[in-house]
Amino acid sequence: MSSTRRITINPVTRLEGHARIEIFLDAEGEVENAYFQVPELRGFEHFCVGRPVEEMPYITARLCGVCPAAHHLAAAKAVDAVFGVEPPSAAKKLRELMYMAHFVHSHIAHFYVLAAPDFVCGPDCDPAQRNILGLLARVSEEMGSAAVARRAEAQEAQALLGGRATHMAWCLPGGVSKGLSEADRARLEAWAVREVDFAQKSLELFQTAVLANPEYRQMILSDPYRLEAYDMGTVDAGGKVNFYEGQIRVTAPSGGEAYRYDAKDYLDHLAERVESWTYLKFPYLKKVGWKGYVGGADSGLYRATPLSRLNAADGMATPGAQAAYEAFYGALGGKPVHATLATHWARLIELLYAAERWLELARDPEITSNDIRVMPRAKPGEGIGSVEAPRGTLTHHYTTDEKGLLTSVNLLVGTTNNYAAMAVSIRMAARSLIHRGVEVTEGICNRIEMAFRAYDPCMSCATHSLPGQMPMLVTVRDAQGTPVQVFAR
Amino acid sequence: MKLVGFLCNWCSYEASMGAGGRRLPIPSDIVFVRVMCSGMVNPQAVLAAFADGADGVLILGCHPGSCHYVDGNLQAQRRVGLIRALLKDYGVNPERLGLDWASASEGERFAQLVQEFHARMVALGPQTQPLVLGEPPVEGVL
Amino acid sequence: MNGKPKLALYWACSCGGCDVALLDTGAKILELAGRYEIVLWPILVDAKEHSVEGMADASIDLCLFNGAIKNENDERMARLLRAKSKVLVSLGACSQLGGVLGLANLTRTAEMLETVYLKAPGLDNPEGTLPMKRTKVPEGELGLPGLLEKVRGLPAVVPVDYVVPGCPPEPARLVEVIDALLAGNLPPKGAVLGASEKALCSTCTRQRRGLKVERFTRRYRLDAPDENLCFLEQGLLCLGPVTRSGCGEACLKSNMPCRGCYGPTSGVLDAGGAMVGVLASLMAQDSPEAVAEAVAGLDDPAGMNYLFSVASSLLREAR
Repeated sequence: MSSTRRITINPVTRLEGHARIEIFLDAEGEVENAYFQVPELRGFEHFCVGRPVEEMPYITARLCGVCPAAHHLAAAKAVDAVFGVEPPSAAKKLRELMYMAHFVHSHIAHFYVLAAPDFVCGPDCDPAQRNILGLLARVSEEMGSAAVARRAEAQEAQALLGGRATHMAWCLPGGVSKGLSEADRARLEAWAVREVDFAQKSLELFQTAVLANPEYRQMILSDPYRLEAYDMGTVDAGGKVNFYEGQIRVTAPSGGEAYRYDAKDYLDHLAERVESWTYLKFPYLKKVGWKGYVGGADSGLYRATPLSRLNAADGMATPGAQAAYEAFYGALGGKPVHATLATHWARLIELLYAAERWLELARDPEITSNDIRVMPRAKPGEGIGSVEAPRGTLTHHYTTDEKGLLTSVNLLVGTTNNYAAMAVSIRMAARSLIHRGVEVTEGICNRIEMAFRAYDPCMSCATHSLPGQMPMLVTVRDAQGTPVQVFAR
Repeated sequence: MKLVGFLCNWCSYEASMGAGGRRLPIPSDIVFVRVMCSGMVNPQAVLAAFADGADGVLILGCHPGSCHYVDGNLQAQRRVGLIRALLKDYGVNPERLGLDWASASEGERFAQLVQEFHARMVALGPQTQPLVLGEPPVEGVL
Repeated sequence: MNGKPKLALYWACSCGGCDVALLDTGAKILELAGRYEIVLWPILVDAKEHSVEGMADASIDLCLFNGAIKNENDERMARLLRAKSKVLVSLGACSQLGGVLGLANLTRTAEMLETVYLKAPGLDNPEGTLPMKRTKVPEGELGLPGLLEKVRGLPAVVPVDYVVPGCPPEPARLVEVIDALLAGNLPPKGAVLGASEKALCSTCTRQRRGLKVERFTRRYRLDAPDENLCFLEQGLLCLGPVTRSGCGEACLKSNMPCRGCYGPTSGVLDAGGAMVGVLASLMAQDSPEAVAEAVAGLDDPAGMNYLFSVASSLLREAR
């Protein structure tokens, strides 16, 4: 039965690239369905064929200007595998160190500019205020300017190691092209101390501004923002969250391990569906099967977010983060937690882990070693590399000819893991908020956005200048398609 | 055919004068450009010629060892090797770029080289294949 | 509305790196945002394509446009923003040249669709579904913007007033550009901002010793290239000679050769063609056989010589 009304939200942003939401209403004015469309395709999997494989860390960084380091490293690991070479210990630590600084930049950017304003200022707050400036007026200026400074230092830290923060040329098959001097190591250590402190303060801010507020607690725990689904993350040998390497573990909606595998076996576990109304594909768990845009133990839909990583792991590898992890599950009734908005809290726990791990690595005696590369000897062939991108498990898969020129490329990108789940979250939020006779207000739009914003879709806005609001156009049309209400923000 | 010939001032251009003076047959669908040395033919000019629809480009210089500027023709040889590699990747048959030598007194050789190049280009056919635009296999996104 | 001049920032087919670079200028972007009324910035401002459509022509004082033109919506927005803007700045390599996205122009779009939706490993697509411009769903119809056959940079679609090169432009250069914009201190239209008129070699500290290349090689095959010697003289492809300076040589300082992200200097029509001239000058080979052998050792010549600039190369279409 075709809808009598349709709500178009275009553009939706906070996605690397462009996105739109189409909400169809039935004759009763209730939400019949909501579609989350990604209207762009760049085609890296195709146009990288023919390129020298060792250029992929440099080229694939251009998949995303917010998480280029994630692609740089996933590519570097795939290239190592193509050449059958394992970097020396110091090189792996250098890569991980750079990556921890990257996570710090990315998670600070997302939390302070995207997430915190919704809670600190309120989901229904005047959009002109619901941004970092409004946040500053409500929290100490010290916190706001610290967010700016700590993110800037995290960017600088990556540049110190890899040459530049965005789109570096650093990793090579078997290691990295440049090591770390003692002087730079000392700077990284000093910055890390401040980052750890700032991460702790961010968790405290979440306590006071969000968890201490009954309305927000209720919202976080409410059904429209709850999706029971499989969770995916990378864990080390001890089952702790690790962003750089480990095994991929998937836990069931009810908790408990469902699958654990090495990145190279990802095709045994993941398949991708195609819909003609979007350019982005939908990964799902093969062994469970695709059952539609639904959660639950029988559906292959899964999530790979900071919340998922915590659910999929047995704990955090650093002490401050571990304490925060325990407090998190203690407050929310144990594992697993499926409250989508709790992802913001999980993200801050990861921020603390990244900062602590940054500090650990900066103090590691091996970090200034010159043993930063093992030369590849084997003929190039096929390789798969995976890291946890800030937004989810990221996998690069390459095949090459005997000259090491690419013959095929397959990429499974962080946000893509979550595409089906985001679609469900948006639909659930829309269904709970849009009803006949209820005016579609700006606040309602925002609450729909909050459903996907928690996933931190790849393009986060790393800004401290927010004169405005989330861009949104909501057009409500009658059966003839004539706009009856245009709400623009 | 649309062909371009780059002739060096000291050798091949003189040869072309000789060929003309003796009324030796030269195909009319080739445009000649006189340059001081085959080694100064800018690769960008060669690419521009192909981009503008040339079916073939022929560079004629002095015999190796006889270049007026000592080794400009060796530079041409290296440039041509590299340009051919680019052409191949862009889907243009690298044989459409020719390089050969004719000294000032070799009017007959000049005519022969040009005729043979022309014949090879005729055998290859026109260079510009129209891109398939707007005819997708399904009512899709093209 | 409030008397401030109007500013628009838009991203077409983009990775977001140019926006991050702008935001990495710290206080400077805040200053810019404060002096203008931001009418479009899809990342975070009350910005809808719809509201720009309603504006008078040339009513936007300044538009910073990053990203390449790859789909119908990118092209529509490029034309719309050109019409609505007094000054249109092409920001970043994708906007200036097409960027790495231009590598798609060495193949065909139909083949790209096959690779992504029909041939990728792990696909569950037995019916061979492809994205469609129009799809009927039970509730109605959904649309997608169509892909253009070729990726293009912004100047290939509309006239552009200024170019700020880089992938992304370095924040330090953006600070200078923003200062010039704020002071109204701009050169005549058509200029490149935030980059030198000279090639990277002019600021590179490596030495040239006049060595000739016996054999080309790839960076990964060298354990540790000489940090004081020109990469080209070590047989490594470095696009420095045909690339503008301005980036601060971050890659060179990481002992990695330049890949050309700052785009070519003004005299260059075609970066790969210009680079060929440089390479020929450096090669040691004098016989046709030796030349052919040396050239055969240069892997992926088009991809690596035009990494950022396929879409603005002379032979920009794949046959």
